[in-house]
Amino acid sequence: MTGLAPPAVRVRPPTTPAGGRGGSLAWMALPALAVFVAFGLIPLFGVLALSFTEWDGIGDIHPAGLDSWRAVLTDPGLPHALWVTFLVMALSWAFQTPASLLIGVFLAGRQRYREILAVLYFIPLLLSSAALAITYKALLDPNFGIGPGLGIPLLAQDWLGSANLALGVVVFVVSWQFIPFHALIYQGGVRQIPVALYEAAQIDGAGRLRQFFSITLPQLKYTVITSSTLMVVGSLTFFDLIFVLTEGGPGDATRVLALDMYKRGFQANLMGPASAIAVILVLVGLALALLLRRLGGRDASASQMEGM
Amino acid sequence: MANSSMSGLSMSRRGFLNLAAGAGAGMALAACGSSGPGQGSGGGGEASYWFLTAPPAEQIRTNTVNRFNKANPDTQIKHTAFENDAYKTKIRTALGAGQAPTIIWGWGGGGLKSWVEAGQVDDLTDWFAQNAAVKDRLFPASFGAATVNGKIYAMPCETVEPIVLFYDKRAFDKIGAQPPQSWGDIMDLVPKFNAKNIAPFSLAGQSRWTNMMWLEFLFDRIGGPEVFQAVFDGQKDAWSHPAALDALTKMQELVRANGFVKGFSSVVADANADQALLTTGRAAMMLHGTWTYGSMAEEGGDFVSGGHIGYMNFPPVDGGKGDPSNTVGNPAQYLSISAKATAEQKETAKKFFSTAVLDDTEVGEWLDTGGVPIVKGSESKIASSKEPEFLEFVYQTASNAKVFAQSWDQALSPTAAEKLLDNISKLFQLSITPQQYVDNMNQVIGQ
Repeated sequence: MTGLAPPAVRVRPPTTPAGGRGGSLAWMALPALAVFVAFGLIPLFGVLALSFTEWDGIGDIHPAGLDSWRAVLTDPGLPHALWVTFLVMALSWAFQTPASLLIGVFLAGRQRYREILAVLYFIPLLLSSAALAITYKALLDPNFGIGPGLGIPLLAQDWLGSANLALGVVVFVVSWQFIPFHALIYQGGVRQIPVALYEAAQIDGAGRLRQFFSITLPQLKYTVITSSTLMVVGSLTFFDLIFVLTEGGPGDATRVLALDMYKRGFQANLMGPASAIAVILVLVGLALALLLRRLGGRDASASQMEGM
Repeated sequence: MANSSMSGLSMSRRGFLNLAAGAGAGMALAACGSSGPGQGSGGGGEASYWFLTAPPAEQIRTNTVNRFNKANPDTQIKHTAFENDAYKTKIRTALGAGQAPTIIWGWGGGGLKSWVEAGQVDDLTDWFAQNAAVKDRLFPASFGAATVNGKIYAMPCETVEPIVLFYDKRAFDKIGAQPPQSWGDIMDLVPKFNAKNIAPFSLAGQSRWTNMMWLEFLFDRIGGPEVFQAVFDGQKDAWSHPAALDALTKMQELVRANGFVKGFSSVVADANADQALLTTGRAAMMLHGTWTYGSMAEEGGDFVSGGHIGYMNFPPVDGGKGDPSNTVGNPAQYLSISAKATAEQKETAKKFFSTAVLDDTEVGEWLDTGGVPIVKGSESKIASSKEPEFLEFVYQTASNAKVFAQSWDQALSPTAAEKLLDNISKLFQLSITPQQYVDNMNQVIGQ
């Protein structure tokens, strides 16, 4: 197709001497690099260094070798926190992906009523996590919340006081907050699918369902990967919402890694072990991001435009 | 920063402050300039003071600062209020960053000890020796939690706050029963209240220290104060005491019998939701600090003014060794001076301690809101206060106690306290057994 021609022209090898063009533009990355080093890398190494020390947050810092790591790795709290983090990640992914995919596909239509609905759907995105958590906490209060208020016994559960329900509530509220964002990504993805594909499918006699599974879904592959990466890596850092909603409770039922880190560091004043958890958090995040890139990147050269 | 631009002004800082006293923005600017550490003695005479929110105490604290500022236009104190649980983290972060306020509000005990060990607060022993009048007018018992290794690091202030059992007389009328005289009575009352759809006890379980108050009393009533004392002293396996296991088991029995309000694990004390459950008649009893009386009177409708509120010391446990007069709670609140403050700020703080803290007006305000100030002779003013009956009860409970123990989480180091609260919340959640609790806690003894 003619649409593909211009890039082919642009990728011809540079005529300038080697390094000339690339070198002259490298300085443009400096500001971003400086910010990344100052606020990303240096603190990261600081945390790594702290994890080999003993510090209560206000006194002197003493080197402590591997004490913090030993304490963290032998604590049964760590596998538990990892498991809870994984559960929140997996459940919120499983809940958010189909929901935001469907909403995104729905909103991709250009009808007027869909655009009005789109505005309404994005409202949760405008609210801060803390405000959301406080609101849900008030709504779900077993004594003064919406259930007892409206006299609906089904809603008057001990939502945040029983371990399984609390985890479910966390997943639900997280999803409620982020589905609009991912729906937005899918909406953009769907709108980029060439209409010609659907027209061809219609001529071949494919129904709407068939079109969705044979065209929309495969065409959205990279969108799914992008959105999943954001969900999975993002869920590692959920803190504010869970902290306000349950404080990791009841007991430690919703204590994810980030919360475990905060509790050790700032409530128990054990900065060493808290830093060790922070390092674990970084490693898990990097591993997941790499894994997801691999999943999607293997056949990155394969075109989605085959047959066009 | 404001301080760099300010130092260039030819006008003296004090002159500037006087001009700006009326304008909030000016105050904020000046405070910004004085909060940094390592500032030359030329600037930064204004002291800062952080304390807790929640009425009516917040208003009383604010009033005292305002009176001091009015009386001393040259030495101003700027105050900021924080919500309870957030404050504990905030103050520690500020101390670590060298940004602590001049005057640090606290609970004494283990938290104060950790500040002292890090060299963050000033030793006030000599100052108290020179100003004996300031020391001698306060309850001697209040200095215990202000003392670390024989030296005084904080000025006791505000009120003595034992933890007592509040109850709703209307709820007891409904089931035709009397307030409990023993642990056995408590267990008998539980099904009776539940049958009438009244929760036997209100509890803000998510706050965790609220659960801890129950264990403090059960440990004391069953085994006496020496059981926890052994933990505090760092004796090996101190939690394995048979009285401890008995108390933990009894605690879970009460939870299993639905002794606490439905969903207690998600109720938070900072929002006073636990008090609301009692004042609105949804719960019959509540074990809580006497500081809740003021807010229940203010926010609880006619619960206090209508005479529906009842109160008593925690009842004995049958066969227990502890003296039923014993109590736990806060022997006082505490004000420390940051070691990083300038000499001028420290002077202001000391002047505040000796002239403004617990002056007659403040004493009167505490009495009117149901608190017993830690000033000797305040008992004689109880009769003429707004809440004579309750104050008399608090005063008697505090002064007749054979042992007035400090709250566990305040007495222990922050590290041990966090572990304690964590395990207590799991115990109440029934996710660990009493034996597991004992094993977990034995591991952190002496930390």
